[in-house]
Amino acid sequence: MSLLQIFDLSWVAATIRLATPIALAAQGETLSERAGVLNIGLEGVMLNSAFAGVVGAYYSGSPWVGLLLGMLVGALTALILAVASITFRANQIVIGAAINILAMGITGVLFRAIFGLEQQVTVMSFKPYPIPVLSQIPVLGPVLFQQNVLVYLGYVLVPLLTIVLFRTHWGLAIRAVGDEPQAVDTAGISVIKIRYLAVLIGGALGGLGGVSLSLGQLNLFAEGMISGRGFMALAAVIFGRWHPVGGVLAALFFGGADALQLRMQVLGWQVPYEFMLMLPYVLTLLTLAVFAGRASQPKALGENYAREVR
Amino acid sequence: MTKPILEMKQITKSFGSLIANDQVDLTVQPGEIHGLLGENGAGKTTLMNILYGLYRQEAGEIYIDGNPVQICSPKEAISLGIGMVHQHFMLVHNLTVTENVILGQAKKGQLFINRQEAAAQIKAKAEEYGVELDPWAKIEDLTVGLRQRVEIFKALFRGARLLILDEPTAVLTPPEVEQLFQLLTNFVRQGNSVICITHKLHEIKTICDKVTILRGGRLVGTYVTNEVDADELAVLMVGEKAVTPVKSRKSGNNKVFLKVENLTTELDEGDSPLNQLSLEVYEGEILGVAGVDGNGQTNLAHCLAGLKQPKDGKMWWAGKEMNGLSAKVLAEQGLAYIPADRHGTATAMGMSLAENLICRRFSLAPFSCKGFLSPKAIEHYVQAKIKDFEIKTPSPLVRLAALSGGNQQKVVLAREIDGEPRLIIAHQPTRGLDIGSTNYVHRVLMEAAQKGASIILLSTELEELFAICDRIAVLYRGQVMGILPAQETYLREVGLMMAGRVEPKGVDDHHH
Repeated sequence: MSLLQIFDLSWVAATIRLATPIALAAQGETLSERAGVLNIGLEGVMLNSAFAGVVGAYYSGSPWVGLLLGMLVGALTALILAVASITFRANQIVIGAAINILAMGITGVLFRAIFGLEQQVTVMSFKPYPIPVLSQIPVLGPVLFQQNVLVYLGYVLVPLLTIVLFRTHWGLAIRAVGDEPQAVDTAGISVIKIRYLAVLIGGALGGLGGVSLSLGQLNLFAEGMISGRGFMALAAVIFGRWHPVGGVLAALFFGGADALQLRMQVLGWQVPYEFMLMLPYVLTLLTLAVFAGRASQPKALGENYAREVR
Repeated sequence: MTKPILEMKQITKSFGSLIANDQVDLTVQPGEIHGLLGENGAGKTTLMNILYGLYRQEAGEIYIDGNPVQICSPKEAISLGIGMVHQHFMLVHNLTVTENVILGQAKKGQLFINRQEAAAQIKAKAEEYGVELDPWAKIEDLTVGLRQRVEIFKALFRGARLLILDEPTAVLTPPEVEQLFQLLTNFVRQGNSVICITHKLHEIKTICDKVTILRGGRLVGTYVTNEVDADELAVLMVGEKAVTPVKSRKSGNNKVFLKVENLTTELDEGDSPLNQLSLEVYEGEILGVAGVDGNGQTNLAHCLAGLKQPKDGKMWWAGKEMNGLSAKVLAEQGLAYIPADRHGTATAMGMSLAENLICRRFSLAPFSCKGFLSPKAIEHYVQAKIKDFEIKTPSPLVRLAALSGGNQQKVVLAREIDGEPRLIIAHQPTRGLDIGSTNYVHRVLMEAAQKGASIILLSTELEELFAICDRIAVLYRGQVMGILPAQETYLREVGLMMAGRVEPKGVDDHHH
């Protein structure tokens, strides 16, 4: 078996598909962390949204309604973190962890309450939509432009977020708030307002990531279906050095590993498939171990801000 | 006569029982650089924080251009044309100069940053004031002097007409000071004004038109700098201190215990590096180290306590070299260190009184046995210390944060002056304490000296130094300006040395 058999074009297409939920969630987390708020609850945000997306699509029959509902629920889940940490200055890690546990519980309960004991509910989802002309480009066309609409959203989102962060006044304020909130406060900008916006939009984008899994790939909801992709997105933010483009590249790396292990299972290697399954997670761990220490994170990341009162 | 740009009348502000400003007046004219002079704790920064809207005064009025104003927040101060450069800069380190200046300056409806335009404006403004400033440089790559310049330009771009500078030269090198003064002179030439908080007399004489002196929160007076000489200013600042002779003990003997030669440290932020510092301390002597905060006190204390390795120079105690010994080894061999930062360095506020008391020796017998703490021995020891040091506490298990500052400091003293230390480094041991606790700390230090310990007392309070020290070394920019006997007659000279008015001379020991 040659390498070309493994790393062929369909592997590239699978990489992009599998990387999409991680990449989208990483975009939201980048925004949030640039403003200094660490959302460890990203996994829970994605899970809630994946579920809300399925519910929306199930009752309306349209994946678009599911998408909107999913993003809304993502933002609402992040609101818990915003209120607790920005307004009441609770520890961000603790609240984030609580959100993850809450999401596991609440989606499990609601899933059974709404759909009964059916283990899997299949709904209308986003089908691959080849973009005319572009999808005809030899080699790259089918790989890049025969995906579903959520992947295309990602294509637009990354440059957009880059421009917002690095070319607008609002982006400047976000980056400054993540580093030196006191300087922003004395400059007459509300630290609280900036952080709320960043966390809520970050939550909506995390929700987009969750929906892209439930309505873009699997077309179903199953308990715990995010299975660590939220944490991979957190790792992708670090690996990508808090830059939207870096986050996507890191997500592609993890997605590529996922695609690879699927491929290896199909090709029937004499390795227990459990080891294959581990691959993306092991890579996440390794990249974190290697890069987390060196990367220069936003200086005020994870620190709540209170104006000094005397 | 033109209307004054600023009038502060009868400003009063207190923190608890401490009156920081007591009916203080301040008037600043357009085109004027106004010095605000006083010792540490004289109320200068409090007065300026009131003006900048960080504190509210309890009584008194503020007038800008003759109109009464209420200033409740920095935002309002900014809109009144007041800008303040804090001692700790408010800059975002990994953004560029331009980004820092335009932060919060977006016009309504303006979405995108126009870096080119803003950078050009900054460059033009810098040229207008005759200084250089690279708008594209990142803050973290700039020197302290340039960072300060960015802070000034931030204020200028927000339309400041009255610029407050808090100890602006404390962190600058002499050429940087020169450039700052040039910038300020150009700024006031256009009819703007500057208030410069300082305790450096020669700077007042160099750039200030007028000077207002505060002492102990009260106004001493406002003077035209040409009409008073620096020596008069020094006396006005320090005041005629009532020096109470508490030295009812014999001074140290003639044996040199600690010898420091040519101690030099690396540049660092916050404190002046030591520059060829030399001094000697006799057995049983209390050597005071006077000086304005940030002239190398922290570096000196850290070098002696083994928390920092000097770049150059040697230290000996009892004839043995101290260089390279760790803080742990030094402590075990009889060094006691009372850090200036009581909350961060000296104690663990969240832990109990008992834990704080034993934390230097908790791993040794009798506190620890086979890897386990022995509560009985600890209880016994702690109870004895509470009694000996008159620590007022409901129980040994109470969190240290729940005690008063004075009692917290007693815990530090009880821990450090356990056994018979040979050398005590006490850095600002009475800062923030009331009179009773202050006297207690002094008594403990004097008793220790009586028993033969050599003590270095670093303090910015001259009163304290004159009260309990044998000799006083004056620290200025990391050097010893001179060592004088702690007698009232030398008060004025010490004040002048603190302001760097006397050329450094070698260690003098005519006392012995």
